[in-house]
Amino acid sequence: MADKTKSGLDAVDEGPISSEAPPASATGSSGDPNQHASVAALLATFGSAVHRHRIAAGDQFVVWIDAARSHEVLTWLKNDPAHAYDMMSDVTAVDYGSGRPLEVVYQMFSTTHKRELRIRCTLPLDGLEIDSVCDLWKSANWVEREVFDMFGISFRGHPDLRRILMPDDYAEGHPLRKDFPLRGRFSRAEQTRRALAQDVERFYLAEDLTHGMPQEVAPAQAAMLADGSGKEDS
Amino acid sequence: MATRTVELSVGQSREMGAEGRGARSPIAPFDIPEPEFGTEHMLINIGPQHPATHGVLRLVCELDGETVKKVVPHIGYLHSSFEKLGEYRTWNQIVPLTDRMDYLAPLIYNCAYVMSVEKLMGIEVTERCKVVRVMLMELDRIFGHLLWLGTTAIDVGAFTPFLYAFQERERIYKLHESLTGARITTSATRVGGMMADLPEGWLDSLLAFLDTFPKTLGEIHHLLTANQIHIGRTQGVGVIGAADAINYGFTGPNLRAAGVDYDVRKDRPYYDYETYDFEVPVGEHGDCYDRYLCRMEEMEQSVSLLRQAMARLPGGPINVSDTRISLPSKTDAMSDMESMIHHFKLITEGIPAPEGDCYMAIEASKGELGMYVVAEEGDTKPVRWRVRPPSFVNLSVIPKLAEGHLVSDLIMINASLDIVLGEIDR
Repeated sequence: MADKTKSGLDAVDEGPISSEAPPASATGSSGDPNQHASVAALLATFGSAVHRHRIAAGDQFVVWIDAARSHEVLTWLKNDPAHAYDMMSDVTAVDYGSGRPLEVVYQMFSTTHKRELRIRCTLPLDGLEIDSVCDLWKSANWVEREVFDMFGISFRGHPDLRRILMPDDYAEGHPLRKDFPLRGRFSRAEQTRRALAQDVERFYLAEDLTHGMPQEVAPAQAAMLADGSGKEDS
Repeated sequence: MATRTVELSVGQSREMGAEGRGARSPIAPFDIPEPEFGTEHMLINIGPQHPATHGVLRLVCELDGETVKKVVPHIGYLHSSFEKLGEYRTWNQIVPLTDRMDYLAPLIYNCAYVMSVEKLMGIEVTERCKVVRVMLMELDRIFGHLLWLGTTAIDVGAFTPFLYAFQERERIYKLHESLTGARITTSATRVGGMMADLPEGWLDSLLAFLDTFPKTLGEIHHLLTANQIHIGRTQGVGVIGAADAINYGFTGPNLRAAGVDYDVRKDRPYYDYETYDFEVPVGEHGDCYDRYLCRMEEMEQSVSLLRQAMARLPGGPINVSDTRISLPSKTDAMSDMESMIHHFKLITEGIPAPEGDCYMAIEASKGELGMYVVAEEGDTKPVRWRVRPPSFVNLSVIPKLAEGHLVSDLIMINASLDIVLGEIDR
């Protein structure tokens, strides 16, 4: 793909190869939907819910769908035997920054038809909510939790939507958002101070603690109880 | 011979098959009625600092006697925010972050990342580079599986396979070292090629490894495959069916042990994997024992793949010749004006990417490793770099797998999933 680099005066005339030019135009076309059976079927079945589609990175089909109807479309993609996307490889989000909307990205694969498809939903910054697909693919459980943790997008109907990588009580925001500074919101000293002030009990879920045995009595108190000098055991 | 007699007496049982292989049934439980101890459940915490969790993983278990009622995994202790860091680094500067994720098979991560970026940019790497990367990925598949084999054997009480496996790993470490100068943090790839071509004599060292490794593997087979203790600890433990395994997001040997014939190398081939002759081992029971067998067979297939790749390794340059992607040689950069300009531009600006996104899935040692990169027009840094870590999704199944098993089985199930916390927490 590279032209022969000229040397000497020829090169001076021509100047250096512009490094601003992209190496190759691999992306950009919206593509022919008929190349991908699922894209064509999506357009035919959900006309208005399909916003646009394109081919990315040479041969990967991406379809933007209406976030409000995402669950309906994804259910169809999973259950329709002609598509049968039984494997939800990944759920993630992209923040382009400068106040632009966030995008949720679903990467799917069909083990029957050996087809992959990428679905994207656009979410405005003031409405970061979308239906969970956990009821369709159990694999979405943790990846959706991660998106919630890192981007603050909440998934309606998720069975266990808690932070996953950051601590449960992390209050500084969502780290992968572009407005989150690389080094965190507080100074290193403040972060250390907060870490040291943490309560140990906090590391259990409230739900966990209800199953625990009651705390053993202290040895000194146990001796008192045995003597009969202490209060009677209830 | 004396040793032979001992093996036979250990192996002999009603359940042994004709050819001396263990029949597929767990050791029969003792028939003693369960004593009444009351019904109070106990909460037990395993980890994050515990050798059997294979990293800083914390499992909170609710127990009824010794039976696991519920497991809640807690992760994030190793969270380093690599994905956020990646947004502040140029395409090539991200490579060192990738091998710190799966430090048990770093070269696979190095290759997967640059493959994704190259696909986004539309760069076609040279034939030699493709074959070299296939070799490195297969070598690290063995590398990752060996660690899994050794540590899992220890978890069920077998110490010798651990020593055998780590002795072989040490030889792969040496191959890493002679190739990249580092044993773990290899950072061997660059966008458009490799950090360097294979050093002289490296292929001979690799061949020496390939010649003797199957023998060691056979010895480990001999120690574990028909071992009644190993069979009793693994067969029928952590069972998952094929449909569930897909729905829960299992990939890699874990999925194939459940009987699903899905391998990214076969189903979405990259780097001419379709032209290599190799088998994908598929289990049928979806238990820990089948996961063990799948990984053992995969190592043998990797040896065969490595031999095939060595045989077809073409000559020629390892990096693409495009001056906007590959650095010029040091001599050129110091003596030729053009090369120096390109060198300067590449170092100070980086490689501009076209607008778009790209998801590249490859078969890592743990499962389907997806690298998702998003860029805007002319970006020299990613807008978003997402890793789809196979262990992360595989680990999320542990509450389902461990339910109803004993605590000691939970340790075995956790080991059989082959997790690495570096990529789970990132």
